[in-house]
Order: sequence, then structure tokens, then C-alpha cells
Amino acid sequence: MAPRPGNPHRGYRDVAVAVPVSVPYVRYSIESAHWWIARALSELTQRAGIQPADLDGLSVSSFTLVPDTAVGLTQHLGLTPRWLDNIPMGGASAVVALRRAARAVEAGDASIVACVGGDANQVDSFRKLLSSFSRFAQDASYPYGYGGPNGSFALLTDHYMRTYGATREDFGKICVAQRKNALTYPHAIMKKPLTLEDYLNARPIADPIHLFDCVMPCAGAEAFLVTTVDIAQDLGLPYANLLSAIERHNAFPDDPIQYRGGWAMDVDELYAIAGVSPDDIDVVATYDDYPVIVMMQFEDLGFCKKGEGPDFVRSHDFTAYGSFPQNTSGGQLSAGQAGAAGGYLGLVEVLRQVTRQSLSAQVAGARTALASGFGMINYDRGLCSGAAILQGVQA
Amino acid sequence: MTTPIAPPPRKDPQKVTRPPELPPIQRSRASLELSAMAARGVFALQHCELCGTIAYPPRDACPKCLSINLRFRPVDDGGEVIAETRVHTTPDLYFRQRMPWRVGTVRLDCGPSVVAHLHGDVEVLSRVRMTAKLDKSGNAVMMALPAQETENMADDVQYRELTASPKHRRALVTDGRSAVGQAVAAALSKAGASIIFVGIAEPWKPFPGEKELAAIPKVEIMPLDITDTTSVTELCGEIGGKTDILVNTADYVRPGGLLAPGSVVTARDAFDVNVFGLQRLAQAFGPGMRARGADGTNSAAALVDILPVYALANIPSFGFYSASAAARHSLLQCLRAELRPGGVRVLSVFTGPLEDDWRQHVPPPKVQPSQIARAVVTALEEGIEETFVGDVAKDVAERFLDDPKVLERELGL
Repeated sequence: MAPRPGNPHRGYRDVAVAVPVSVPYVRYSIESAHWWIARALSELTQRAGIQPADLDGLSVSSFTLVPDTAVGLTQHLGLTPRWLDNIPMGGASAVVALRRAARAVEAGDASIVACVGGDANQVDSFRKLLSSFSRFAQDASYPYGYGGPNGSFALLTDHYMRTYGATREDFGKICVAQRKNALTYPHAIMKKPLTLEDYLNARPIADPIHLFDCVMPCAGAEAFLVTTVDIAQDLGLPYANLLSAIERHNAFPDDPIQYRGGWAMDVDELYAIAGVSPDDIDVVATYDDYPVIVMMQFEDLGFCKKGEGPDFVRSHDFTAYGSFPQNTSGGQLSAGQAGAAGGYLGLVEVLRQVTRQSLSAQVAGARTALASGFGMINYDRGLCSGAAILQGVQA
Repeated sequence: MTTPIAPPPRKDPQKVTRPPELPPIQRSRASLELSAMAARGVFALQHCELCGTIAYPPRDACPKCLSINLRFRPVDDGGEVIAETRVHTTPDLYFRQRMPWRVGTVRLDCGPSVVAHLHGDVEVLSRVRMTAKLDKSGNAVMMALPAQETENMADDVQYRELTASPKHRRALVTDGRSAVGQAVAAALSKAGASIIFVGIAEPWKPFPGEKELAAIPKVEIMPLDITDTTSVTELCGEIGGKTDILVNTADYVRPGGLLAPGSVVTARDAFDVNVFGLQRLAQAFGPGMRARGADGTNSAAALVDILPVYALANIPSFGFYSASAAARHSLLQCLRAELRPGGVRVLSVFTGPLEDDWRQHVPPPKVQPSQIARAVVTALEEGIEETFVGDVAKDVAERFLDDPKVLERELGL
């Protein structure tokens, strides 16, 4: 489903993305989502040199705000935006928030939009979240062993391994490299080095998924600002231009099991609008709830062909100093998954990289970045996918 | 092949009985229709009446044409496993007690992919026969079985969770005086039950088939009069802790409508056996069974009641008998909900008119006790909640599902 003739997907004009904020995660916290989001917005406004009242746009993603939504949050936090968005798309939240905020800013519907993803993680809240996740999951996936996302991704991973010959060693290589990256990122939840041997010997969770294929649910928040280039410059903020962004939902519904994501439908458009090619990308943030999804993104985002993911992994080094720097803050696999903030982690990280504000190891000469999102296992597959290309503007 | 289940060891009274937990119980209304189909042993999926698409999971609109005309209909149950996993970790208490648990993705020949429980004898690329069965929460789940019967297939531990198999279980049959009770006892013995307690009221009175009954392997005759609360309580005190399957074969049948002379007296007798008898049994045995629903190989598994199909609609020639059956049916619905927290099933076996002295004037086709006994064992072995035995029962059920009001007129002619 390409854009209809006569209404082409237009590029973005002078949209600036700035002020990457990561509120350090904790494994369990008694605090609420409101608390975590407030901390992110507080840091966002302080570092931007603006008042909370200057935020005239707000985009919120959170699983744990219930019974509130973004609406309740405005009164709770004393904000009066003229543009408000609530994006319940899990791992695709940040890319989708950015896409929408960019259009709002471009049209003048808002001038400064705060995009924020944050979640609480109290003891037992993960179990409760699972139990009310979606109707299809309730009806047709939880009654089958109740493995949660681990069970669903185990099936995709099993199928992918059988079809394309990926091995646990290949997935391990991704996880080990990300752990190396995480050790340079002070906010990462995981602080211990991980060897391939540790990875391979970890206990099984849902075969073929083992412990280090899984993210650690935790509490935290991530945020960034979307504004015009003029305003960003007035405020003296380092920023990146948004070159291109795609989103897609429920792609390839007739695939009997997921072996590709929605990116594969829109990837040509992603690069064409950005005016760059995969070779021009200096740093990548894939959505890494499980390493098989990382491998699928290498394929579906055009870094290699379908089925070549395992070979691509074998021939690259994914650390910040390697041949293909990706998930340079460790990704969710090593930095932790703070609910919807997990969808923000990669985008916020590459924004830091291309604006030279990195907290983790700086990728040398990083200028153009791709951040990808993937979310919402509604039944047997992830439904939302998205990707954005950002280019840092050096002062 | 499946490793046959070993007879369970003697229970250690010092050990804590595993508390019954249920698999996730919440379902959408569309999914409950799948459960209703599975309750009757039918594998059915939603069909779009407009474009013919077969959809799964159950939903409210067609994913191809947006039509809201979706109907469950039986479908081809063939498929192929395309992915599998063994789940080792879960926050769910039911599955946690039973880890690891095998699950797979099955591509059905009729279209949709289904996440299903996997029988131990199937793996990736196996051809399978998909079934929908009720799990311990009473909801339908899909299980992929080997396309061809394999050795000891029913002993698969995941499959056994979806059935109430009599193998290695101890059963109580409530009325050994009746031909149906005797046939059920014999069938349970053949199906591998480890003990069959058979209740006899006024045991000093001889009855036809007495010798043959006592000769059935594993049968133990017990005194039981279900119209006497003390008798029921006393028997429960003796065997309540080891009754895994209770089959109520008691039935008091008399012809006549409400206008027949003396109908209040006979109706009272009928209700005392058919309704209050079931109630006494449930009150005595129910709580213990509910507490032992997850107690290993010989956990409490099911209460089976055999009742006339006229529970669904009154046949005036047996007017108050039908009324007692309707009350019995209603009590079973209540009991089903009350025993569910223990994962104990309530199975209703609806029968057409039996070949016996009280129904000499009823035209054929009639049901033989052996047919009923076979149906009881099948219901247990396959976990079927509602069974209709004989052509009359099947016919009445079909008419009932079509329109109960029309059925009332048909039976009342």
C-alpha cells in the first residue's frame, strides 16, 4: 500500500528534534507513571531553558497511567497545551510521537512539543499489565502457557532460526555487543560484562529464548523536544533535523507467522524522502525487545536482504567503535525496558549521538542516525512498526 | 509415543495437597462461543457469511471485508506445526505448577494460524489434528494432536489437563440397582478406573444383575441411598477423600402430566431422587472434590449426571418428570460454576427415552444402558461438557438450539 497518486508522502520542513532526556531507570519503584513523566518533563524544560508553560504541545506514551490518559496528566502537571497526543503503541511510540509532533510543528498547530514515554514498575505490576494487555492476547495467547511476550517471541524466534539458519551464537553476538555498549552508559541497569559463554549457558525462559534474550522490566522515563529549527536556534539548543519517518500497523496480516515487520513495506520511502541510503547511516537504534527482532530490522530496514540477517551479524561489530554501531546505550536488553519508555530509548540515544551529547561512548563522526520502533504483540506478532532518520546539525 | 502414566503412589497425608489454580479465565464474548462449541465436542471457527473468510482469534467483524456476519461452523481440523516453544517461566500460578509447557504455532489448512497446546507426539512440521477442548477454567483452548492415533496418546500430561480421564482414577456410581448404573460401572472398569464404588440402597434386597455387578473388576459395593442425607454423608465420610469421578446414575421416572391424579405425591418422589438426590451428593462430595482438583494423577476430575433430554423442554406425557429434569439441569449449571474454582468438571449426559418398564408405551428409537455407559466414558475421556445420547436426544438438542419455543410446541402436540 504505497501512497495514493496525487498525495505523495511529503518530507519534513525545518523540524528540529532536541534535548534528549533519560531519567535513570530503577528495577522496581514505588513511584507512579505520573512521577516518572514529571521528572522527564522537568529535566526537559530546564535543559531547554524554558518554562513548563512554554510547552504548547504534549505527546504521552505510558502503560501505567491508568485510570488517567494524557488528558488527566495536563491537569496533574499543570500544563495547558494546545496540542495533545496519547500514543499507546509501546515500542513504536517514540517514532510515531515524533512523526505526529513534527507535522504539528510544521503546520503551526504547536511550537514546542514535549514527547515523553514513561512507566512505573511496582512489584507485580508486570503481571497485572500482561493480564489486561489486549483482547486477542487474553483470548488466544495467555491461556497457552502464559509465557507473555517471551512465549510469543519464542515462536517467532524458533521459526526464524529454522527458516534462515540463525543460531543462538548469532543472537548472542548482538546481546554481548550491546552489553559492551551498556557498560559505557551510566544509566544502564545492567552493570556486569556479558560473555558469549554466559549468554549461551543462561537458563531457558521459553525455548529457544534464554535469560539474556529478554529485557528487564523496570521503571523510568525518556523524552525529547520537537520544535522548529528557528526556535531551536533561538534557544541555543543542539538539535537534529528530522529527515524522514515511516509507520505501519498490522503489516502482512496473511503471513502465517511473523518473519518481517512493517518496515519492509515502507523502507524505500523512508530512504527516498530522507535522500540518504542505508550506507549513509552512521549509528542505528533498533528496537531490541528480543534479538531476533534486531536481526529482522537489519533486513527490513535495508542493511541486508531478507534471510541475510545471520550473515550480516556474523560480519559486523555492533559496538560504538565497531563497523556497525547500534544500540550504543545498550538497548533495552542491557539498559532495561521501562514500559513505553523502551520505545523511546533508542531514539533518545541516537539523538544524543548525532548532537554530540552522548552519555555512552561517542560514535566517531556520527551525523546521520536511524531509530526504529516496534510494538504491541496483540496476539501472535508485533503490530506497530516505525522508523525515523535524524541528521545532527553541527554548530 | 507417549509414556504411559504410572498409577499414582499412595497419598502421603502429611503432605500439602496441591491447591487448585485455574488457567486464565477471562474471555471475550466471541470467544465464549468457541467454548460453547468445545463444550459439545465440536471444533468450529468463525466464518464470514459474506466473503467466506475463516477467522481466528474470535472477533466481531471479518478482517477481510468488515462484515459483522460471522458464524461459528465446524471446519477442517487439519494443520501443520510451523513453530514450537517450551515455556519455562511464567507469572501465572496454574502454568507455574506445570512447567515446562509446550506450545506451538499451527497453520490450519482452512487458513488461520493458531497458537495451540502441543501434544507430546507432535513437533515442527508434524501434520496435526486440531481440537478445541475446555481447559480447567471451563474455556475452550486449542490443542494440536497427532494426525494419526499414537500409542498411549491420551496419557500426554498436557492433554490430560483437558480431559477427566477415568484411567487411574477412583469413581463413584450412585445407583447400582439400575441397568444404567451397572453398565456405567462396567465401562469405567474397562476404561482403567482404579476403583469403582457402586452405591446400593437397601443392600439386603436382591436385584437383577447383582452377581454380574459384583464380578466386575475393581467394583466395590457401598451402601448409598441418595434420598437419605445421613446415608450420603456417611458414605462421603468413608470415601469422599478418594472420589475423583462421581457419576450420578440415579433417575426416578414416572409417566404423567400435572393433571394426573396423585401427581403431587409422585412428583415429590421424583424430585427427591432427581433433584434433591443430586443436591445431597453435591453438598456432601462437592467441597472435597473442589479442594482436590489438582491433586496429581488421581485428582478429582468430574461430576457426571445422566439426565433425560426433556430437561431442555417439557414432554407433557412425562410432565413432572421433565420438570424434575429441568430443575436438575439448572442445578448442574449452578454446580458447574461452583466446582470450577477447583478445576472439577460437571458433565451433563442427556439421554433419549431408555428401554425400560416405565417407557413401554414410548415408541422407538430408544437408548440402551450400554450406549449411555459408552457416552459417559467418552465424555470423561474427551472432556465433553454436554453429550446427547441416542437419536431422540440429538434431535431434541438440535431443535432446542434452533428455537426452544418451537420445540415446546413440537413436544406438546
